[in-house]
Amino acid sequence: MKKYTRGINRRALLQYSAASGAALAAGVESPAIAQQKPIKLGYVSPQTGPLAAFAEADNFIVGNFKNATKGGIKVGNAMVPVEVLVRDSQSNPNRAAAVAKDLIVQDKIDLMLVASTPETTNPVSTQCEIEEVPCISSVAPWQSWFIGRQANPTGGPSAWKPFNYTYLFFWGLEDVIAVYTTMWGGVSTNKSVGGLFPNDGDGNAWGDKVVGFPPVLGKLGYKLTDPGRYQDLTDDFSAQLAAFKSAKCEIITGVMIPPDFTTFWKQALQQNFKPKVASIGKAILFPSSVEALGHDGNNLSSEIWWTPNHPFKSSLNGMTAKALAGAYESASNKQWTQPIGFVHALFEIAVDVLKRTPQRGDADAIVEAIRGTNLDTVVGHIQWNGANLPPFAAKNVAKTPLVGGQWRLRGGNKYDLVITENRTFPAIPVGGEMEPII
Amino acid sequence: MILWTNALIEGVLLGGLYALFAAGLSLIFGIMRLVNLAHGDLIILAAFVVLSVAAWLHIDPFAATLAALPIMFLAGFALQYCLLNRALGRGLLPPLLVTFGLSIIIENGLLELYSADSRRLHGGSIETSSIALGHAVSVGVVPLLTLASAIVVILVLNFIFYRTALGRAFRATADDLEISQLMGIDHPRIFSVATGLAFVVVTIAALYLGMRANFDPTIGPERLLYAFEAVIVGGLGSFWGTLAGGIIIGVAQTVGAQINPEWQILAGHVAFLTILVFRPRGLFPRAVD
Repeated sequence: MKKYTRGINRRALLQYSAASGAALAAGVESPAIAQQKPIKLGYVSPQTGPLAAFAEADNFIVGNFKNATKGGIKVGNAMVPVEVLVRDSQSNPNRAAAVAKDLIVQDKIDLMLVASTPETTNPVSTQCEIEEVPCISSVAPWQSWFIGRQANPTGGPSAWKPFNYTYLFFWGLEDVIAVYTTMWGGVSTNKSVGGLFPNDGDGNAWGDKVVGFPPVLGKLGYKLTDPGRYQDLTDDFSAQLAAFKSAKCEIITGVMIPPDFTTFWKQALQQNFKPKVASIGKAILFPSSVEALGHDGNNLSSEIWWTPNHPFKSSLNGMTAKALAGAYESASNKQWTQPIGFVHALFEIAVDVLKRTPQRGDADAIVEAIRGTNLDTVVGHIQWNGANLPPFAAKNVAKTPLVGGQWRLRGGNKYDLVITENRTFPAIPVGGEMEPII
Repeated sequence: MILWTNALIEGVLLGGLYALFAAGLSLIFGIMRLVNLAHGDLIILAAFVVLSVAAWLHIDPFAATLAALPIMFLAGFALQYCLLNRALGRGLLPPLLVTFGLSIIIENGLLELYSADSRRLHGGSIETSSIALGHAVSVGVVPLLTLASAIVVILVLNFIFYRTALGRAFRATADDLEISQLMGIDHPRIFSVATGLAFVVVTIAALYLGMRANFDPTIGPERLLYAFEAVIVGGLGSFWGTLAGGIIIGVAQTVGAQINPEWQILAGHVAFLTILVFRPRGLFPRAVD
C-alpha cells in the first residue's frame, strides 16, 4: 500500500510494466489493482522572511499530523491516504497568492489551509474564493481577514459580502479591547492612556475612532492621548514620549512591530518615563522579542490566544495543550509560542472536515462539512455559528477565546507568559495577579 | 520651548546613528563609485557576528565589537578581492546586481543560521541610563555614545584619507583610476582595503543599532534608505558631509514628529529633497566629477 501513496517512480514503473507485459504475454488476466487516490491538503505559511517566527513550529506540527494520519483517515468505511503539500509564502503576499494558485491549479488540492498574519491568509483565501476551493484560515484577526478582503472595505457592513469557500477561526479587535480594559481595571492608575498606533493595517484599526480603542476607552472613563500614526521602523519616539509625559500617562497601549517597541521602551526608560501598565499587541508576542529587552520586559502585558495552560486537548492525537507545547520544546529546544496551538488546530479541523465528507472531489460538500464543524480542538471549541459576531461576519468566522496576561522574568534572561486576566473566558485558569510594572 | 530643545537634541543624537550607517556606504561609494545595495544587510550581518562573539566569549557587546573588528576587516577585504573587484569596471549594472544578490544571500543565510527570532545586543544597565541636562531634558548614554563614535569614526577616516600614504592612494584611485594605475597603485588591493575599512565602520554601526533596537535577518534593507540620504545630502566623498547629512535627516525627523508623528519619516525625506533642489551635489561635495 505504501508504494502507491508515494506516486510511481521510474523503477516502480519499469517493474509494473515488466510485470504486466509478462502477464499479458502469458495470456493471464492481470488482477485489478485497487488504488485509493490520496486526499490532498495544501498548506501555505510564511516560513522565511520577516514573518518566519510565526511558522517556526510548522515542521513539528506537520510532522505530528503525518504521524497521526500515517494509515490514512477514516472516511465512511474506507481508510483514505492524506498528502500535505507545504508551501512557503516568503512573507510576501504576492508570493502567497502565486503558491496558492499553483496548489490549486497544478496540484489539484482538495482543501487549502493557511495561517499567520493577513499578509498570508488574505491572498491565499482570495485565490481560493476565486477558484472555488475550500479554505480554512487562522492566526489573523477576523476584521483584517474579512473586511480586508472586501471589494469595498470602507463601505460599511451594508457593502460587505460573505464568502462561500473561505472560513477563518481566530479572535477580533473587540476581544483585544475587552481583554486590555479588564486588565487595566486590575491596577490602580489615573486612567490616562497613551496610544502608540502605527500607520499600518493594525495601527489604523486599533486607533480607529469607530471600531478601535478610542470609543470604548471614552465610555469606560479612560483619557486617551494619541499623538498620531507613526511609520513602522521609526528610530525615535521622543515626540510621543513628550506627549505622554505631559498627559501624565500611566498606561501605554498600542500595536507595534518588535523593533519599534524596543526602541520606544529603551528611549522611555532613558527619559525617565515609567508607566504602570504597558499592554502591547504584536511586539511582545514571541518570547524572543521580550528577551530582547533584557531585564526591562518584566510585567509587560499582552493579549493571549493560547498557552500550555489552556484546558483543551487535541482531537487529532489526544495531546493536551501542555503536552503539545512540551513536545515542541523538547523537539526544538526552544520556548513554546502561541501560533503552535492554532496551526495544530488547523490540521485538526482539516481531518475532522474530511472525515465528514464521503463525496470525493466535491468542493461544495467540503464547504458544507466546514460549516457543520462542531469540534473541541487544542485551542478550544470551533463552530461557525456566528457567536459573538456581527451578522455580516457570522457565516465565515468562528471565534476562539482570548485572555490577557503578563511576561514575568523567570531569572536569567528568560520570561514566562502568565495569564492574569480571564474574565473574558473564565474556563481558562489564571496563573497570577495583574501587577504594575514597577 | 523645552519640547523643541528636546526634539533638537534627540534629532542630533539620532543623526549620529544615521551617520554611522552612512559612513561605510560613503567610503565605498566615494572610492569605487560602487553602490552597495547590501549595505543594510551587512550591518545586520555584523550585528550577528558581534552577537555570536559576545555569546561565545561571554563578553559585553563593546568588547565583542572590538574582537569582531579584525574579523570583519578580513571579511570585507576578501569579499572585495574575490568578488566585487570582478564586477567593477564593466559599467554600472554588474556591481549593482552583484550587491543586490549578495543582499538576498546574506538575508537568507542569516535566516537559516540564526532563525527569524529578533535579537538584541545586551549592554546591561548602560542601555537605559541617562544624563540629565537641566530639569526637563535628559539624554540617554547610548545615543550619546553613538554620536561620539560617529564623530570619532569620521575623524579617523579623515586622518587616514588626508594624512597617510594609503589615503593618498584612495584619493588617487577615486580621482582617476587609469592614471593611478600608471603611477603603480595596485588598485584591486586598495579597493579591498577600502572595503575592509568600510566593514569596520559597519561593525561599529551594528553595535549601536543592535543596542538601540531589535534586529532580525530581514530588517537590513529598511536601514539602507536613510544611509543613502545622508550620503547624498552630505555630498559624495566628504565624511564630515555624511555626518552633517545624518544629523540633518535625524533633526528633520524628530522636529517633524514633534509637529505630528505622521510627519516623522516624511519630514526626513522632504529635507533630503529640499537640499537636492538647492544643492544637487549635496552640501560638501569633495571633488568635481
